[in-house]
Amino acid sequence: MRLEVDGPQGRHEAYAYTGGKPFDATLPTVAFVHGALHDHSVWTLLARWFAHHGHAVLAPDLPGHGRSAGAPLASVEALGDWLLALLSAAGAARAALVGHSMGSLIALEAASHTPRQATALVMIGTAYPMSVSKALFDSARGDALAAIDSVNAFSHSTLAGKPSYPGPGMWLHGSNRALMRRMQAGQPGRNLFVDDFEVCNSYSAGLEAASRVACPTTFILGERDQMTSPRQTADLARALRASTIVLPCGHALMTEAPDAVLMAVRGALEGAVV
Amino acid sequence: MPGYGNPGFDTLALHAGAAPDPATGARAVPIHLTTSFVFESSEHAASLFNMERSGHVYSRISNPTNAVLEERVAALEDGSGAVATASGQAALHLAIATIAGAGSHIVASSALYGGSHNLLHFTLSRFGIETTFVKPGDVDAWRAAIRPETKMLFGETLGNPGLDVLDIPTLAALAHDHDLPLLVDSTFTTPWLMKPFDHGADLLYHSATKFLSGHGTVIGGVLVDSGRFDWDAATRRSGRFTELTRAYEGFHGMVFSEESTVGAFLLRARREGLRDFGASMSPHTAWLILQGLETLPLRMARHVENARKVVAFLAAHEMVASVGYPELETHPDHALAKRLLPRGCGSIFSFDLRGSRAQGRTFIEALRIFSHLANVGDCRSLVIHPASTTHFRMDDAALARAGIGPGTIRLSIGLEDADDLIDDLKRALKAAAKR
Repeated sequence: MRLEVDGPQGRHEAYAYTGGKPFDATLPTVAFVHGALHDHSVWTLLARWFAHHGHAVLAPDLPGHGRSAGAPLASVEALGDWLLALLSAAGAARAALVGHSMGSLIALEAASHTPRQATALVMIGTAYPMSVSKALFDSARGDALAAIDSVNAFSHSTLAGKPSYPGPGMWLHGSNRALMRRMQAGQPGRNLFVDDFEVCNSYSAGLEAASRVACPTTFILGERDQMTSPRQTADLARALRASTIVLPCGHALMTEAPDAVLMAVRGALEGAVV
Repeated sequence: MPGYGNPGFDTLALHAGAAPDPATGARAVPIHLTTSFVFESSEHAASLFNMERSGHVYSRISNPTNAVLEERVAALEDGSGAVATASGQAALHLAIATIAGAGSHIVASSALYGGSHNLLHFTLSRFGIETTFVKPGDVDAWRAAIRPETKMLFGETLGNPGLDVLDIPTLAALAHDHDLPLLVDSTFTTPWLMKPFDHGADLLYHSATKFLSGHGTVIGGVLVDSGRFDWDAATRRSGRFTELTRAYEGFHGMVFSEESTVGAFLLRARREGLRDFGASMSPHTAWLILQGLETLPLRMARHVENARKVVAFLAAHEMVASVGYPELETHPDHALAKRLLPRGCGSIFSFDLRGSRAQGRTFIEALRIFSHLANVGDCRSLVIHPASTTHFRMDDAALARAGIGPGTIRLSIGLEDADDLIDDLKRALKAAAKR
């Protein structure tokens, strides 16, 4: 699905995956927001399931990622606004917001801006603050592909994620690396790695945003996550009165444990008013 | 196993894709010899069929043992994923059939395994897929052969049997300039000697029958995708790959490139190709190939070490007119081999005997350790006469274009003691000389 979405740099075409069915704004809507150097394709199993089980689904490519036009946006706040503009353009009056990593902060920010429109907030592989080390930034500025390899290694907790994603025979480390490289290459003249990780690193309004969130919130965390450690979520969880589910996987939760994440998101949204 | 960095090749050869079995604790990969997998519920069944959940349904399409092999080979090749097939030929066919159909065209190296040449030249042309064959080192010929309906460039990392070294970086750049993927047959080199994706190739396959299995026991193939070729961008510019970028009515109206940005090719290969053509691998075969893969680094090092000793012996023998091994300065692709194959050029090569065709037969029949048969990449040393076996359907002109003479003999050097192999060859050469 392609939409014209207003953002801080004007109106640009945005792409959103709809789960293999046409988007129907009369159904309860679930929006899935991807993380740094990713696109909608990290959500396709979950999105297909919800789209074929009574929901309208939007899994957008963020500006400057994948199929969406426009330059990458520079802050979680700007991306939160953009997400709300996308929902508005699609005609979705209310939506459950599900985000992974950087996308979880965007979902949080969007939920805090329109408390009555957010029916549920699900933050997967999250942490606050989402600090990024100087060493990683330095590495990314010198050799972004090497930095991608480092992040890719830290994102996975196993060499045998089963039943693999989106289907058997996919090598999770290799497909994630290829996806991150594709996103990086999609912005010639920029260093999308640095841009995206700066978005995470610079976000400082999380607790303030949390104070405005009115919907039920669930954290889905990987117990072996080396990118966003579960230990870095306590303050935010308290502020959001969030339920927390910990799964036996790393930061790449949707690909390492697709079924467990599906069950956790289903559980989180079943309790929400959608 | 938390805390992984980027594991090395030898570690991946043992661990990628496999963990202790959660049901039994079995450390080695179990052989899942079952046709099908029980659904948890009707809803679960529907979700699996509709790709809302990942999992196994029917072993023609996927199987847990095969999945370990697929992930492991993909890991060793730095790929995004793989599909195991019934043979290397099935892998080549699957690669082509996934993106090509009647009216499509392929540009291929003329230095191919005879079976691949047959498939492209005779069989696929019957189904409307044409191939233009060009000399592997003639870049201008590759360029000139590309047409609007061309779907891929294709060659072997080391051409069969002359060991022409495919200039993958140059051909990949040429392919990409024309919005085409480069497919390579990586059977002779294995990922231990060369990773074609590092040099720009987009797709590769192995006859896993050879070095990956390594023991001459099973037939199998593996098709690997780098995940790097942007099918959407190529289709926007050239209109070529609508198989992956437009809704496919044969599978839920799915647009494969939307479902997986980097796995579109493999999704269609599995969801259409394995489902409909059915050239899938037995789980027992997958298990045996996995056994071989675990020692691939050790075996390849020994294969290369033995091959170098045998090459040195043959190159100095008066009965030998020439040895076609790229590590020799006399090989036309010596410089390219030094650049692309620093670990070695494998253990399969050809040489030409001085003397008559009858002397060639005498030579082969006098060998005691080398086995005369139609295979390569076994742990045992093998010998064959290509003109009368693997390439016998080719006429003299086609043979010459492929670099094969009537007296050419191909060796596949195994893991025996190198001194014993040299003694065997010495004895056979002496017998040939006496005739």
